Amino acid sequence: MLYYVDLAFNGLIFGCMYALMAVGLTLVYGLLRILHIAHAAVYAFGAYVAVIVANGTGSIAAGFAAAMVAAACLGMAIYRLLYQPLLGYPPYVAMIASIGLLVFMEDGFRIAFGEQGLTFAHNPYPTQLHEFAGLTVNTVQVAIIAAAVVCLTLLALFTTRTRLGIAWRATVSDAPIATSFGVDAVKVRYLNFAIGSALAALAGALIGLLNNFVEPTMGFVVSYKALAIIVLGGLGNLQGTLIASLVLGLVESYGTIFVGRYLDRDAIAFLFLIAVLIVRPKGLGGIKTA
Amino acid sequence: MSAYATSVLAIIGINVMLAVSLNMITGFCGQFSLGHAAFYGAGAYAAAFAAGAGAPAPLALLAGVIIAGLLGIVVGFASLRLRDDFLAVTTIGVSFLFVGFVRKQPWLGAEMGMSKIPSSGLGSEGNALLILACALLTIALSLYVNRSWMGFGFRAVGDDEDTARTVGISVGAYKLVAFTLGTAIAGLAGGLYAYFTQFIVPDTFGFIVSVTLMAMVVIGGTGSTIGVAIAAVALTLLPEVVRFTNDYRLLIFGGLLVLVMRFAPGGLAGLGRAVLVKARGK
Repeated sequence: MLYYVDLAFNGLIFGCMYALMAVGLTLVYGLLRILHIAHAAVYAFGAYVAVIVANGTGSIAAGFAAAMVAAACLGMAIYRLLYQPLLGYPPYVAMIASIGLLVFMEDGFRIAFGEQGLTFAHNPYPTQLHEFAGLTVNTVQVAIIAAAVVCLTLLALFTTRTRLGIAWRATVSDAPIATSFGVDAVKVRYLNFAIGSALAALAGALIGLLNNFVEPTMGFVVSYKALAIIVLGGLGNLQGTLIASLVLGLVESYGTIFVGRYLDRDAIAFLFLIAVLIVRPKGLGGIKTA
Repeated sequence: MSAYATSVLAIIGINVMLAVSLNMITGFCGQFSLGHAAFYGAGAYAAAFAAGAGAPAPLALLAGVIIAGLLGIVVGFASLRLRDDFLAVTTIGVSFLFVGFVRKQPWLGAEMGMSKIPSSGLGSEGNALLILACALLTIALSLYVNRSWMGFGFRAVGDDEDTARTVGISVGAYKLVAFTLGTAIAGLAGGLYAYFTQFIVPDTFGFIVSVTLMAMVVIGGTGSTIGVAIAAVALTLLPEVVRFTNDYRLLIFGGLLVLVMRFAPGGLAGLGRAVLVKARGK
């Protein structure tokens, strides 16, 4: 019994990590109708900045702060330099460019920082164990869940209670009408890329801390899974995306145990995606936006 | 011919077959597929398995074509329900699913792949010539299809599904035919590859290959058979030409994708057309 609870907990942790990744991705889709695959490069970038700054300054907190700020800048630069000029073309043009950027950045990390990856010089957290209702969890796992809950709650408050947040949601659901009400759609896009990228960097840095390992290809499979999640959630739909993140985390966690002999972890995730899409072609969340 | 030249020629032929067949699905019919390598792999594994079981080469190749084509019909059915980005992500899923499945099958060699695939009896130069002949036939077929009534139907579906349906074009049938035709050719390419190398591993048919094929289509200019064939040859030769920078191969590939998309979103065919228009304008 406890074993299954353990699996559920593991699934939950992955679900939280996916949620941090997927929120930015689904909002980019909602705003621009672009599948922003290079989001995974931002995730890996965040992990690299975190580990390098943390090792340089000796403070993991400083590493995380630097990662989020640097990733926000990177996200805005990607929008300005790559996506904005391509908005008038069919969406696959931006998507191929995005895949190109992911491949380019991944290989760039490998060349710049080596194939073996980097580790945190001083990282006691993954081995600090806590007993919690019979479960043994480490500090980083708790931090991942806390980070997801805090960030997503703040995001929810921001998008429902502040003027800027409401303008953001309005632009996601109907850009021309939002613009006619005086919302600056371009500023909203920058805001969107900044916040989404900062959250992706946070997820990357946390996973780097959890495994105490940051490597060039860490974003590769996560990127496509995040795509699967936003499709499952019904592209552009925030609630659907959050639900899909947690569900996929759990499906993978249990799936690896029950069908792991026939399929690997990634294949299970995509099999689940295909099965859901055949029943519900618009995903779990339907076609509502934001 | 040196062994090196033979193998480069064979790989060029296979990539031309794959890119041109993907162009039928994506360029002609507008169905964005990022899972083409899965059908290529299905063909290779089916042919290798049949050959291992003692089937003669033509029969084994046929098995590859049929298995890949059948899988193509299945994914084609998915395209009837899913549109645009939903279909793109589903086909990404197909790519990962195929590799994830093969990796765990002991009867397909699992991680180690299938080795000692029986020879086709043609020798490696004969194999390469067969592959080139098939590549030329694929280009000819693609040009023919594009000019036929079927090509017209494909383009109508690709341009605007709903309008095509309104004027009485059977959208579903055209999509299924496009998928079946394109994936069957990919299956043939897979079978030929299996006979040529006599050794296949799952990673040869992974997602990055699907992306490379899509890059050939987009860089060549979606819908243009000749543009796509040229891009396939160029992108296959590129790593050979820049061999001195072999360590930076992926970096260059990624950078090139970004730059081409950023500055020439219409691909080679788009550039060619622009040059033609300019020349006529003078």
